[in-house]
Amino acid sequence: MSFPWANHYEPQHPFMRYMDEKLPLPRFIYNAIGGGYPVPRNLNYFWNFGVLSGAALMLQIVTGIVLAMHFAGNSALAFDSVEHIMRDVNSGWLMRYAHANGASMFFIVVYVHIFRGLFYASYKPPREVVWLLGIVIFLLMMATAFMGYVLPWGQMSFWGAKVITGLFGAIPVVGEPIQTWLLGGFSPDNAALNRFFSLHYLLPFVILGVVVLHVWALHLPGSSNPTGVPVKSEEDTVPFHPYYTAKDGFGLGVFLIVFAILVFFAPNFLGEPDNYIKANPMSTPANIVPEWYFWPFYAILRAFTFDFFFVPAKLLGVLAMFASILLLLFLPWIDTSPVRSGHYRPLFRKFFWFGLMPCIIVLGYCGGSHATNGVVLVSQLASVYYFAHFLIILPIVSRIERRCRCRTPSPKACLARLRPHNRGLEKNGSHYRFSGRPVLFGHARLLGHPHRLQYGV
Amino acid sequence: MAAVETDATGAVHEDDGVRRRDFINLAATSFAGVGAVAIVLPLVNQMNPSADVLALASIEVDISKIPVGSAIKTEFRKQPLFVRHLNPDEIKAAEDTKADSLRDPQTLEERTKGKKEWLVTMGVCTHLGCVPLGAGAGELKGEFGGYFCPCHGSHYDTAGRIMKGPAPKNLEVPEYAFASDTVIKVG
Repeated sequence: MSFPWANHYEPQHPFMRYMDEKLPLPRFIYNAIGGGYPVPRNLNYFWNFGVLSGAALMLQIVTGIVLAMHFAGNSALAFDSVEHIMRDVNSGWLMRYAHANGASMFFIVVYVHIFRGLFYASYKPPREVVWLLGIVIFLLMMATAFMGYVLPWGQMSFWGAKVITGLFGAIPVVGEPIQTWLLGGFSPDNAALNRFFSLHYLLPFVILGVVVLHVWALHLPGSSNPTGVPVKSEEDTVPFHPYYTAKDGFGLGVFLIVFAILVFFAPNFLGEPDNYIKANPMSTPANIVPEWYFWPFYAILRAFTFDFFFVPAKLLGVLAMFASILLLLFLPWIDTSPVRSGHYRPLFRKFFWFGLMPCIIVLGYCGGSHATNGVVLVSQLASVYYFAHFLIILPIVSRIERRCRCRTPSPKACLARLRPHNRGLEKNGSHYRFSGRPVLFGHARLLGHPHRLQYGV
Repeated sequence: MAAVETDATGAVHEDDGVRRRDFINLAATSFAGVGAVAIVLPLVNQMNPSADVLALASIEVDISKIPVGSAIKTEFRKQPLFVRHLNPDEIKAAEDTKADSLRDPQTLEERTKGKKEWLVTMGVCTHLGCVPLGAGAGELKGEFGGYFCPCHGSHYDTAGRIMKGPAPKNLEVPEYAFASDTVIKVG
């Protein structure tokens, strides 16, 4: 996999040689996340979040398996069994709080991971399949998280299940039979709870499988890097182990500190108090809100309050919500700019920081608020921008943008301009070295002059 | 086109282009396909409502104790059901509204079964499934005196018709019939 200069696995111990012959699992691991995987040497901390997402998934699987040992997937018992876990089961409170907040942490790191992909355009060829698999993982995560939230059978669980399965009811003709089929009844009840439990246990392992594909597809072209310039030789890379295992280990430590603060000091900060009231089909909570990680999508769903020609508002909202995610599948072909990194795309960067990011934050805020007229209006405007950003602005920007580059015509001239600062800069064939270390074009931090060294792509 | 072939045993025989093996492949694949469908159908169908859920699909409601001008909330198919005894003012208000001008045009006549004072509807907002207010004593009835959904502000009139807000349809009228003057059978 990846680059021709990758280290080769050479087992020393006779037992490991025996293993390598019979079941080369250690070789597989060595090549995937060991010394055999060369990684660009200039990765920043945004590149930690893939590993952190994997760690969060494992955390959810482990705590989830433990919780399943004490949970009762029956509508008469579920709510009480969760309280039983909280009060009676040894360390049950820890497991449940870790699982509930672990879900939030999982979404936080995955959102940063997606942010990284969007800003540094990691979705561009040759890594477009990596991106597509990532979207599949994200969709699976959303389904899993939704079903998991139904399991405690509190008020928000019940009404969330009702609203979300109601979305399918918006589909013309087949909508209502599909909704009844999904729920196994006319409203969320025991049948729905039980099947959600079964699927909530299954889907994380499906996610794990797709994660393996995601990493596999990544390791063929190798990791991208903040400059967006492909690595060219061994000098541009370092082995994953020990360099990035150490860096990811540090990131994992920070992740665990934040996680521990949530679990031990604010375990219900991200939750809804209404979910500590047992599900009551006869009474709706005053404000049905999903978990925070669904807020932006919920805002888009609620933004459609008007019929458009013959399409009813309810169906429009559902279509828009799904489209907002499925749109991302087309991103590798929407963004046609040859430049990868947002650092070297001045116009893209402006729309990214002052358009897309505020838009998503506003949508998130609106999705979590009570739907007053003002909130609906703001979410309508933000939804319009969200779609316009990807469907109109991004293709145009990709076309018209002047790439950020050194004003001089060639790398040589570019370096000549920097001469007073570049003592120690030497050229060796097509590679430049600074104080004996290789310089990637664009990795200008070595010279203390960000941007200046970047020369086209 | 006829072809001359030599089989594994060395025997030469003529052929019309379709080999025995092609037929066997096709037949075996079709048979396996039918088998797969036969297995998938019950796997899909098991998710549909089970017999005990469907057994609750029909109920009887005693309406003799509902005073004029008030309503009761009961449960039908695990969802709230509103039975409302309309007073003459409410009937008049519903009849004065022109059905043509509504989002989901229906008259009070069409929404009741011969007895205009009895309005039987599901207590499920047609927007996203919340339970509207207005059936219980002292609950908000909205701008049109019928039902009001607090989730996203849908207002229904005294015939349960959508007047204002995001809901696309009138409150659903379930299938029901008067078993006697004081009992209705729903479902």
